[in-house]
Amino acid sequence: MVYLLSQTLNGLFSAALLFLIASGLTLVFGVMKIVNIAHGSYYMLGVYIALTVVRQTHSLLLGVIAAALVVAAIGWGMERLFLRRLAGQDLAQMMMTMGFALIFRDAALLIWGGDPFTLPYPAMFRGSIEFQDIVFPIYRLFVILLAACVAAFLRILNEKTLLGAKLRAAVDDPEMAGGVGINVALLSGLVFAAGAGLAAFGGVMGGPILGGYPGIDFDLLPLAFVVVIVGGMGSLPGAAAGSILVGLIDNFGKALVPELSYFTLFAPMVIVLAVKPTGLFGRG
Amino acid sequence: MEEGKKIKHTTGTRNKLAGLVLVIAILVGFPPLLSSYWVGLLTEMLIFATLAMSLDILVGYTGMPSLSHAGFFGVAAYTVAILSTRHQAGFWLCLLGGIAMGVFAGAVLGLFVSHVKSVYFLMITLALGMVLWGLSYRWIPMTGGDNGISGIPSLEAHTGLPLAGPLPFYYVTLFVFALCGSLMALFVSSPFGHTLKGIRESESRMSSLGVNTWLHRYLCYIVAGAFASVAGILWAYYNGFVSPSYLDLTASVELFFMVTLGGAGTLVGPALGAGIIVFLKNFISAYTDRWLLILGTVYILAIFFAPRGLWNRFLRKARNRERITSRP
Repeated sequence: MVYLLSQTLNGLFSAALLFLIASGLTLVFGVMKIVNIAHGSYYMLGVYIALTVVRQTHSLLLGVIAAALVVAAIGWGMERLFLRRLAGQDLAQMMMTMGFALIFRDAALLIWGGDPFTLPYPAMFRGSIEFQDIVFPIYRLFVILLAACVAAFLRILNEKTLLGAKLRAAVDDPEMAGGVGINVALLSGLVFAAGAGLAAFGGVMGGPILGGYPGIDFDLLPLAFVVVIVGGMGSLPGAAAGSILVGLIDNFGKALVPELSYFTLFAPMVIVLAVKPTGLFGRG
Repeated sequence: MEEGKKIKHTTGTRNKLAGLVLVIAILVGFPPLLSSYWVGLLTEMLIFATLAMSLDILVGYTGMPSLSHAGFFGVAAYTVAILSTRHQAGFWLCLLGGIAMGVFAGAVLGLFVSHVKSVYFLMITLALGMVLWGLSYRWIPMTGGDNGISGIPSLEAHTGLPLAGPLPFYYVTLFVFALCGSLMALFVSSPFGHTLKGIRESESRMSSLGVNTWLHRYLCYIVAGAFASVAGILWAYYNGFVSPSYLDLTASVELFFMVTLGGAGTLVGPALGAGIIVFLKNFISAYTDRWLLILGTVYILAIFFAPRGLWNRFLRKARNRERITSRP
């Protein structure tokens, strides 16, 4: 029972990080139909940039802000200067994001070297909560709560504001949305930047536990893709549900059958695709 | 007008034939003059050319942009490795086993991807490819994990034929490449292949003509997987060693890049693209550790300057020239 509960909490922690990555990925896909292979790189760049800032200033808060802003700017530039020129060409866009993923990976190796590291825990979240026999680090709980807040914020933004209404229109039908006077180009840039920033934010949040190392970009990318596929491409509630599902399954899979941990991930995806090809919350 | 067309057609065919003969002559006659390093590099190019052509059947002819294609290559290579090192299986069993496992993988994965279209196909095959990579990486008792499996017998030891050294292996590879290439060319120009092109252009139109498009896509996926397995088997013997690095996302995308760089839907283009990428990889990595940076830049530049591939660009130029010269 104790084991089950602490594994569940660990799974929810993974789910929190996954949601921060996948929410951007799913929106970018929804609005622009871009399969962004560089999305894992944003996570990686986030951790590395935060590392530099934290080393200089000893403040994780500053690290988060710097990482999110810098990576959002990188994402915005990528969309604005490169991907937009290839609008509508799915394959060319995918190849281009792959080119960027390779460049980011090598640049990170060049700048920060290949040694794995972890970010320091923020002082106020050190220690753990003990409840009967369950010991759970406060920091993980904090990240879970934070991701839940981000999810709630995105939901309100998406459902209750004008920006959200425009965004939903652009996901449903970019051409019609453009036709009724929504600036889809501006919206695309915004979504891309926000998605990149969120992934970087997730990177810093995961930093004290998962840390950073060369290759973390492609380690997390498939998980994020499974989340997006399971949840339904372009759907924020789908990304939330998918993250929880994938986070839990991945965690239990790794704990119970470590050799087949990728396989345990794959099974729910196949089942969902067989029953509902558009994903849990996708429209098709 | 009729006359002009005819002339154009015959010169086109003659040029094509002359080109083909020239390429064959170079591929057959040149390697004995080269050092073993270059022969090895050429062998590698041909293996990946076979693989890239098999992906082209999916990407260029059927419109199934698969990012899990390196998986078939890997499945076949691992099958050869496991059969030959752990079960002391003979050459023919390894060969058949490798192809059979590749076909089996295609038949299983194909069930999940054949109904999926365009960008969704890209995403789902990406995830599937990573699953195959994950299996090779994490299923340590079976695959040896990150260490891979070494000790695959050399081709001459395994077949008992006098095939020692890089040059005979090169000719075996050339033969397999030519055989697979011809079979694939036949495949795409067969009625089945034309149906695939029809599906690429307009699936709804093909299905209203009474074609079972799902079945066509499914079979095509398996056929492409079978050819990829052949390349994987060659690779296992060439390297004597298999590891997960040939299954990861970078490998699949690199493969994809070979196809698009050369020109999807031409078979010749992807073979050319494979040659260029293998060469660049070996060449650049000999001089600098930063070759990923360079490769990434090459990706971006190539997409801007030759979005439809080098071979299509070349063909268009040749056609334009012909049009100018054949003008009375």
